[in-house]
Amino acid sequence: MHLVLFFIFGGLCVAGALNLLLQRHPINSALSLIVVMSSLAVLYLLLGAEFLAAAQVIVYSGAIMVLFTFVIMLLNAGREERTHGSKAAYLVGFPGAAALLALLVYVFLSYREQLGGVVLGEYLVTTSDLSRVLFHELLLPFEVTSVLILVAILGAVALARKEQ
Amino acid sequence: MNTSLSILRILPEVILCVTGALIMLVEPFLAPTTSRKSLGWLAVLGVLGALVASLYQYQLAPGTAYFGVFQTDPFSVFFYVLICGIVLASLLIALDSTSDSTSGLGEYFALACFGATGMLLMTSAVELLLVFIGLEISSISTYILAGFRRKSAKGPEAAIKYFLLGSFATAFFLYGIALIFGATGTTAIYDIAAKLGSSQMPLLAVIGLGMILIGLGFKVSAVPFQVWTPDVYEGAPSPVVALMSTAPKAAAFAVLLRILYGALPTLHAHWVPIVWWLAVLSMTVGNLGALRQKNVKRLLAYSSIAHAGYILVAFTALSADGIAAASFYTVSYAAMNVGVFAVVSHVGGFDDRLTLIEDYRGLAWRSPLLGGAMAFFLISLIGIPFTGGFFGKFYVFSAALHSGFIWLAVIGLANSGIAAFYYLRVATAIYSKAPESSPIASVPRATVPLLFALLITVAATLILGIVPGKILGVAKAGAATYPSVNASAPETTAAGR
Repeated sequence: MHLVLFFIFGGLCVAGALNLLLQRHPINSALSLIVVMSSLAVLYLLLGAEFLAAAQVIVYSGAIMVLFTFVIMLLNAGREERTHGSKAAYLVGFPGAAALLALLVYVFLSYREQLGGVVLGEYLVTTSDLSRVLFHELLLPFEVTSVLILVAILGAVALARKEQ
Repeated sequence: MNTSLSILRILPEVILCVTGALIMLVEPFLAPTTSRKSLGWLAVLGVLGALVASLYQYQLAPGTAYFGVFQTDPFSVFFYVLICGIVLASLLIALDSTSDSTSGLGEYFALACFGATGMLLMTSAVELLLVFIGLEISSISTYILAGFRRKSAKGPEAAIKYFLLGSFATAFFLYGIALIFGATGTTAIYDIAAKLGSSQMPLLAVIGLGMILIGLGFKVSAVPFQVWTPDVYEGAPSPVVALMSTAPKAAAFAVLLRILYGALPTLHAHWVPIVWWLAVLSMTVGNLGALRQKNVKRLLAYSSIAHAGYILVAFTALSADGIAAASFYTVSYAAMNVGVFAVVSHVGGFDDRLTLIEDYRGLAWRSPLLGGAMAFFLISLIGIPFTGGFFGKFYVFSAALHSGFIWLAVIGLANSGIAAFYYLRVATAIYSKAPESSPIASVPRATVPLLFALLITVAATLILGIVPGKILGVAKAGAATYPSVNASAPETTAAGR
């Protein structure tokens, strides 16, 4: 059961990611990204990380993707135009990505033994484990993230404000 | 955990954050017509406070804080003082070249303070997640600062290019961290070193290392990850270029030293050849590219690529001397480059009125002080004795020679020769007679903030060039905090080259 779900949503995730890259219209890409995010949430759930799965759905599939689609609709973005540069990007990008994929697959397969496996459906990370890491061991990085968000907001204001 | 001591260890960051927040809070209460420059002086005060706090940290016992994610040691203090100094000078340059009507100045000064916080965190973090967050804070604030000149078409272009390529690079960096976590099961820098010794999966860590090198290569604009540099430097306002060509790079070099020497010293057989090539390519491409430039800011962009190459030369040395040489070069490069951009920013203004080398013709006759200062910084960039640039190159190349990288030193010296040509071209333009209707006559008189900025940078370049021993001593104390280079000096490492 778990394995079947894993293959369905894993496949959906990869298909969504590929579609995201191949689609020419930004809105189609954004919708594919929702598929990717939601199937990732199911994969997290299968690995027993329920809190992460819920956060993934609420934050990524929900809030962030709504903003994404809003922005695309507001800007009324049209189909992507092909230029000379994008041809070059295709020629270099696809072989590069394929080479990287092959390398990683090779490494993961050859280290199968050492990397070990997980049993799907087991509870690996409880929410209390997660919060202990977040509010204890990684307290400073967690707090400093607020500065990062502040900088992003400040930047949005600075860049979007009308010139007097 | 001793809370008060922990707070002392992050005191410079706290001061900078509070200053940034204060600027944000005060700004809306100023009338729209009021000059925002008072906020700039507030930022200067905050950075001075952070500088004093960093100097105070030097006599603090080295140690970690906040559950071992953060480490204060001579190495971090060295870079703290450097970064605070750069930000201080760049704020003064901004106060000089902006006018009272420049829009968004309040945000500008707040972003400079927050960005500095991120850079400081990068240099003292010993946990890769904190390094990543610091890197993001510093990068995002520089992306925004680069696009501050929204009226000119080049400003937004620079910001977008910088943002897209920079985020792409950050993704590589993050993936590298994930792979290293996969190989060792930890993201704490010194734990990685311990686990890697007994790791069964060196190849996974090597791929992670490669990704991290790509990510940081973008940040320090090493070839082949340098394409964004000239366009961004040309489009960004000059005071911002003074900041972003030195401070985030210094922080990125500090992170690179921490990761290579702190976390991955056992993989040196893999990263030394990569860094060797990065150094050679950066020096050569940077210097050859600069030869053809007519625009001063583009020329300095290529020169900054070349200088990143010189610093990378010191990384290959695998000794405490190499770390000290890289740190020393970062300081001397920062002093002279911020100095050059102080003059460029005053001559061109916030809107880059004068940019071509031709336009600089007769600068020394118009203003002997500005012309003389610029010529002095150019001489230091060439690496002529009695300037910081000379000792920087001297230590870097001698560290490479001591480790047996003779060809690397030879290529570096040949590159310094090429570099002399284009720097001298600018210097001769400054000292030749200006034509009758030269735009240089419109250059305003130097203001007080500019004089302060020039004083800091000239003094730093001179001190580094005349009495380098003391700064080098501090850099060596910083290098001594790395267990990997002190336990056993690896003698066999250069055998491959």
